[in-house]
This record gives sequence, C-alpha cells and structure tokens, in this order.
Amino acid sequence: MSEIELFNWIRGPALQIATLIFVVGVVVRILEVLVLGRKQDLSEARGSGVAGGLRTIISRMFPDRGTLQRSTFNVIAGYVFHVGFLVTLLFYTPHILLFRDSLGVSWPALPTPVIDATAVVTLIALIAVLVHRIQHKVMRFLSGFQDYLVWLVTFLPLLTGYFAFHRVVLDPQAMIAVHILSVELFMVVFPFTKLMHTFTLFMARYYNGHIAGRRGVKT
Amino acid sequence: MSKDLTIGEALRQRGVSRRGFLKFCAATASMMALPPGMAPVIAAALEKARRPSVIWLSFQECTGCTESLTRSHSPTVEGLIFDTISLDYHHTLQAAAGDAAEAARVAAMEENYGNYILVVDGSIPTGNPGFSTIAGISNLDMLRETAAGAAAIVSVGTCAAYGGIPHANPNPTGAASVSDLVSDKPIINVPGCPPIPVVITGVLAHYLTFGTIPELDDLGRPRAHYGQSIHDRCYRRPFYDKGLFAETFDDEGAKKGWCLYKLGCKGPTTYNACATTKWNEGTSFPIESGHPCLGCSEPDFWDGGGFYKALSTPTADITRTAVYAVGAGAAAGIALGAMNRTKQKRMAKEHEKVTIDDLEKGD
Amino acid sequence: MSASLEKGIHALKEQINAPVASFFSSCVRCGLCAEACLFFTETGNPKYTPIHKLEPMRRVWQQEYTFWGRFAKALGLSKPVTDKELGDWETLVYDSCTLCGRCSMVCPVGNDITYMIRKMREGMAASGHAPEGLVGATKLAVTVGSPMGVKLPALQAQIRQVEAETGLKVPVNVEGADYMLLLSSMEIMNFPEFIGAVAKILDKAKVSWTISSEAFEATNSGIQIGVSEIAAELVQRIVDAADKLKVKNVISPECGHAYMAIRWEGPNLVGKPFSFRVVHVLELLDELRADGRLKLSSKETQRLTYHDPCQVSRRGGVVDQPRRLMDMVAENFDEMPESGTMNWCCGAGGGVSSNERADDLRLQVFKRKKAQLEAVKPDALVSACSNCRIHLEDGLEKYGMDIPVLSLTETIAEHLADE
Repeated sequence: MSEIELFNWIRGPALQIATLIFVVGVVVRILEVLVLGRKQDLSEARGSGVAGGLRTIISRMFPDRGTLQRSTFNVIAGYVFHVGFLVTLLFYTPHILLFRDSLGVSWPALPTPVIDATAVVTLIALIAVLVHRIQHKVMRFLSGFQDYLVWLVTFLPLLTGYFAFHRVVLDPQAMIAVHILSVELFMVVFPFTKLMHTFTLFMARYYNGHIAGRRGVKT
Repeated sequence: MSKDLTIGEALRQRGVSRRGFLKFCAATASMMALPPGMAPVIAAALEKARRPSVIWLSFQECTGCTESLTRSHSPTVEGLIFDTISLDYHHTLQAAAGDAAEAARVAAMEENYGNYILVVDGSIPTGNPGFSTIAGISNLDMLRETAAGAAAIVSVGTCAAYGGIPHANPNPTGAASVSDLVSDKPIINVPGCPPIPVVITGVLAHYLTFGTIPELDDLGRPRAHYGQSIHDRCYRRPFYDKGLFAETFDDEGAKKGWCLYKLGCKGPTTYNACATTKWNEGTSFPIESGHPCLGCSEPDFWDGGGFYKALSTPTADITRTAVYAVGAGAAAGIALGAMNRTKQKRMAKEHEKVTIDDLEKGD
Repeated sequence: MSASLEKGIHALKEQINAPVASFFSSCVRCGLCAEACLFFTETGNPKYTPIHKLEPMRRVWQQEYTFWGRFAKALGLSKPVTDKELGDWETLVYDSCTLCGRCSMVCPVGNDITYMIRKMREGMAASGHAPEGLVGATKLAVTVGSPMGVKLPALQAQIRQVEAETGLKVPVNVEGADYMLLLSSMEIMNFPEFIGAVAKILDKAKVSWTISSEAFEATNSGIQIGVSEIAAELVQRIVDAADKLKVKNVISPECGHAYMAIRWEGPNLVGKPFSFRVVHVLELLDELRADGRLKLSSKETQRLTYHDPCQVSRRGGVVDQPRRLMDMVAENFDEMPESGTMNWCCGAGGGVSSNERADDLRLQVFKRKKAQLEAVKPDALVSACSNCRIHLEDGLEKYGMDIPVLSLTETIAEHLADE
C-alpha cells in the first residue's frame, strides 16, 4: 500500500469504520441507560424536578467555592484542557471544513495562531493532569488502566495535530494521516470508556438535579 | 558544436558575457542554498566542466515536461546552459528519426559509458510491455539498458519520479517510477507536473560543480528546491493565519485574494519552489492566479481525493455512515436497553423478601 | 432463608436503574468527591473516596447492564464480585458514609453518589454484610417498634412528665386531629423537652394535633441498613396509624433521617402516595411564623450558629425555613463557612451512630465540624436533629470544646410570647 493509499484509507474507510463504531457505540450506550428507566417518584414534590434537572446541567459546570479552594489545581487544569480541547477541535479551519463536509454545518474559525497557542496550553494542561493523576493519592488510588488509556487517546490527537500543524516529525501528509488515525483511535475507544461522560454527564446531572429539585434543593 | 568544448567556452561562443555567467552562478548558488562564497567555485567548475552527454528518455508522458524545460525559458541563461549540454537523444528535440535516432542513443551510450546523465520523463508501464514501446523496444527494457551506463539519473516530472498520472488509480498500465525499477544508480527526482525548469539546470549545475548529486529529501528531491512547502512561502499565508478564506472562486474572498485552503489548496502538504521561483520567467504561480495548488510535485497527487476538496475532509461519505450508524445504534440500543430493563424487572419480580431473620449469613 | 452473595448481587441488579447507569457511565475518576467527604478530608485515606465505596456495585452494573460488559462476561473476561469483596466493602459502605450527600453536590459530572450508596446497602444487607449494630437496631425496630427498644410505656411516662412540667395536655390518639406528631426514640429518651416544646408551640398556635400510640416512632432502620421491605413495613405502621386517626398532616420530628424516611422515601417504599401531607417540624414552625401564629416575646442574645442536619437540608430541602426561624429567635446568628446545602455532616448520620464499630472513626472525622465551629466561635450551636445533637455533644466533649448544643424547636419554645 502506497503512502497516498494509506492516507486515503485513513481518511476514507478507516474513518468510516471509526465513525460507525463511535456512533453506534455512543447511541447504544445512551439508550442502554435511558431505556433502563426508573420508577416514578411517589412522594409529593416540593419543587420542580424538571427545572432542577435542567438547572443542574448548567450549574455543575461551575464548582462550589469549597471544591475550588480544596482542589484548585484539579479544577483549573481540568477546565483548561477541556476548553482547550474543544477550542482546537471546533474552531480550527480544517476541522470546521471536516464538519461542514460531513455534517453540513459550519461556523467561523479562530485565527490559527490562537489555535496554535491553545493547543500548546492544552497539551501542557494534559501533561499536568497526568502528573497530577500519578502524584495525587486519591487519583492514583482510583486510577486503573482505562484512565491512562483514555488520557493517551485524548493526548495523541492533540500532539499529532500539533506536529501536523507545524509540519514536523513526519512529512506533512504522513503526519496528517497519523493525526487522523489518532482521532480514529479516540473515536473507537470512546464508547467503551469513561469518555462517554461527554454525553452521559447531561443525564447524570439531570437525574441528580431532578432528585434534588423535587425536594426543593438547589444543586 | 564540438563536444569537446567546456561549458565556459560554449557560453562565450554564444555571446554570454563573463558577468552574465557569474550572475547565473551566484543565482545558482543561492538557489541551492549554498553560501555566496560558493559562486566563484561554481563558476570555476562550470568554466572547466566538459559538456556532459545527456540522454533523454520519454516514456508514458505528455511532453509537458519538455515543454516546460525547453521552451518556456528559452531566452534565459538557464536555457543556454541547457543548450550547452550535449543532448544526444531526445525524441522531441532531436533532428534524427527512426533507426538514426536509436543509433545516436547507442553511440552516445558507448562513447560516454559510465559518464552520461540519463534524464527520464514519463512513467514506465510494467504491465503489458506493448503499452509503450520505442523502436520496438519496451520502455522497461530501454530504461534498464540505458540506465546501466548512466552516471546518474534525473527523473523529470512526477510521472518519472513517482508514476504520476499514468500511475493514478486504477493504474491500468502498471505504471511505475524510475526509482521503482532502478536501484543501483543515483536518482534525482525533479517532480512537478511539469517541474520548474530552473530546477533541472540547478541540479545539472550542482552535478557539474561538485561531481555529486545534491542533497535529497526522503522523496528523492533536491532539498534546495523542494525544502519548503508552498504553504510556508505562500504570499496568501497571512490570510490563512487570520482565518480569511475564499469560499468559492468568485466570492469577495476570492477577489480579495484570500487563502484558497477551503477550495482544496494542497499547499500545506506540497513541497516545491513555485511560491519563490515562480513560473514563466518569474511572473507568477498558480495560487497567484487564483487557483489552489494541486500538489503536483507530491506522489499520487491525482489520487488525493479531489483537487477542490480540502485536505482535512474525508474521502468517504461519512455522513451516510453516521446516519446508518445512528439507525443501527438506535435499534441495537433499544434492544439492549430493553434486555436490561427486562432483566431489572425480573430481578424485582424474583426478589426474595429480606426479613430481620435474613440479615445474617446462614451457616 | 438467610443472607447470601447471590441475594446480594440480585439486590444490586434490582437497584440499578437509569440514574445509576448514567452516574457510573459518567465518572471520570477525578477524585473531587474525596475532598467533599469528611471521612477522606479528616483521615487522608483515599479508600474513603465516595465513588470508591461503590466499586462492587459499579462492576455489577458494568457486567450486567452494558453491552461490552456483558460481552466480556460472556467471554469469561470479567471478574465477578465475590463475597469477600462485599465483606471488605462493609466498613466503607456503612462505617464511613453517613449518606450526607455532600459528594453528590460537588461531583462535576453530576453523580448522586449518595443515592447509589443507599442502593448499594440493599445489596450489602441482602448478602449479610450489614454491621452488627445496625442489624440489632433493625431487629428492635421491627419487633419492638423502636431501634432503641423504646416501648409505649416509656413514651407514656415521658408524656406524663412533660404534661406535669408544662401544664399542657399532650393529645394521644385523637381522631380527626390536623397533625400527627412523630418522634424519634432518641428524642423520647434523651430529649423529652422536645415533646414539651412542640406541645407549647402548637398550643399557642392553636393547632389541633395528636400522637398515635400505635406509631410514634419516626426513625427507620430499614433505610439505614438498606432493606426496603423492612423500611416499608415501618413506614406502613405510620400510614396505618395516620389513616386510622384520619389526620391531614404528619409531622416529622427534627431527626433528619426520620424526615427522609417518611417524607421522601415513605410513599415510594409503600408503593403509593400518602393520603396525608408530611411536614418537617421546622417547616410547620415556619408556616406558623408566616401565618403570624408563632410569636416570640424575646430573643436569644448569645452568638448562635446553625448546624444543618444533612437529611433535613441538603437531602431534604428544609434549608431556608430554619434560617428564617433562626433570624426570628436569635439576635446574633452567624453562619458557618460552608452551610446550608454545603454544610459538613456531623459524622454520625446514615446509621453510623448505631454502629459501635464506627465510634472512633466518627469522632475522628468530627474534626471537620470542629474546624467549622472554630471559624465562627459561637456561644451555642443550634441544630434540628437529635442524632446530630448527641454526636455533636460527643464530639465537642472529646475535643474539649465548651459549646452547648440546642434544638431549634426547643429554643423557639423557650421564647414564646405569653399571650
């Protein structure tokens, strides 16, 4: 297989396979949760469960003061890499073109130097969270193979993307190929791991907020 | 013109001044990324160099490379240098035809065995030898035969360098590049469809000056000419960085000369000197005339998913895959979810009452 | 029948529902819940990280309710939960969790961890891994009617005492009363003043109320130990008594988990909505205050702070009412640094106080409350849960702090206007 064939396979059939696994997996996992259902709560509600649920979806984006003080690093680094990851994913022109091509929607891009800087900051934040995970006694205690795997598959697209952007390490086309491949790895791993939180956290927050909201508690 | 003339003598016979010659040497040095101090060295070497014998083989090609290398630059010093080589065999340019032409090739080979430079344009069919023959000799046989006595081979054009358009999927002739078939000779790839003429003279100048082939990248191209991407040297690069793109060929962005990335420009992955050396006596290059780079100096540029398709977009129909996947996922998810739910309900139904007497383990 | 691993796993499978599945799916092992849990912050031991306390249940979920988990299980690649593991988790699930719900407030992905611990206890109890102390309390609750073994004659004796002290009649078994008061055994035995306080307030507010001799116990060991059918049986006694007396409202005493049991879990345990309304005593007091039926003649002048019982505020929703009442009764009311729904647990809720094995641990983690109190330095600490009060007194004594612990209801009763 020539390089271009490999490249085209990576951005063609391989991307299709990855998309298939990703979409089927994510949809299955979401439905597996939702269809399981829960019993109707028979207690007399004090507040609106629905309003509480929706409220918590938003409010959980912001940490309470105590958590921010006690886990400052964890919260800040977590924010930085999440925001950085999303910014580089969603606001880099070539990525937007991919979305326009496959989803039919597009939006304005950020200037490439901004994306470049964001990627560097995100990479640093990701390294920092890894070091933190290894050093912090709670995180180290909780972490297993999956946690490190998920870190790796999140880190690789950023790193290879950064290399491809600067056309270093490999020739540009090969680097883009490796970059796309790393994204495909991310997509394939996604439905089987805690990466699912991207989608399920909305359900989790809703249920939490719903339980609390019925009782008149703001969470 | 006598074959024994040195290049310096040949040039002077043609009325090129010493000053003009030195200017060319300085330009060559700079183009080859050599320090300016090297210009006199190049001049001295070229002055004395004997005009090399060059055999030019054209296989599965369109003659575009010859057009580019000869005519477009004919009045320039580079063109004259080109004239000063002893071009002993070239279908398009030689006067001889038929047996006489082939005899010239054989004679040049015998006379300069081990020293001549072989230039190839066009790819070589490795399928049926009848796909392309010259004087009844298959391209493959002629290449092998001629390559055997060559000092070095210059693959001119993407076809000779990487297979080019004949090699494009599904490659009906089994087209192969020179380097696919010859491995025991130094090969310099000068890809492009066509390549920039000055590059080949630069390569020849280097060879004549140092007696070696220039430093090559991992695709066999002289680094001096192919060391930078079109994107890095593109005058429209600032628009890319600012996120200003032409969306169509006739929108405001196109009129304002914004970046052509979204129109499929392959500049970021294409290495060539177009953006600096330019074409047609330094007039412009494709992006300057408003067209995205096709990436013609890269292997298999024809198969990269479409000239007007942005590099980052998939070559397959991801949308349809995703739609099917949502359908399949929904069906599977509901089925699996229903199984979960049934299991959970069954558990509740089969629940064995726990009383206060059941709180401790039995023995 | 006796407890077994099979019954435990069966119970866990039964307990897992969409919220639980969404919670387990969402956990990213960030460890933020650890910093919200006083058992971690005061011991520094990572095994007390709230989400870790659910690990066996998480594996049951993964193996039974996810496609790849079931696939792995079919291939024999997953490790089934063992009886030993459940045994190992016993102290984590019972001794080091008060179901306080603080972790559920901070989890960035929104996991209600407490909700899951409550469910996990169903599996623990069914597999025979409930702590001895809780098993004993539960047996007493079912057989005698009170986890502390308090019988009707004991209540009657306390009522007579209260009646003698207040000069008021404590109505028992009055059919058609508007309100039926429930009590916790701890209130009956340790804080009978509470009965007197309620009697005085309700008398002044002209509220018709009663106590049932058949179901006066509000606490519910079945919930703490995690056996729904026992919990339901205990709730049903109250429902039957309320129906028999045809009351419109049932008053939950101050006790936090009693409120959780009767107000929020009750109807779900018995499987149908109540025909009466359940109010927490502070909720009722606040309603009376709003109606102008609760008037005070004086205020507490000392510096007071209010300790939120977790099940009353964070898990129960009675957050603003005690603050309005505090403002009414206290001239000098200061909040602790983290209060209301973010309050720190005293360390003895959720059955921990019934579990002697956890005594040292609950006193160790009391340091968190101690630090909170040191930040405010109140003259007295007001709370609204007899279980909290007992433990607060214990903790304060252990750490040599001289801060009296008051009941909000009793404090209000002391300042009632005479007319």
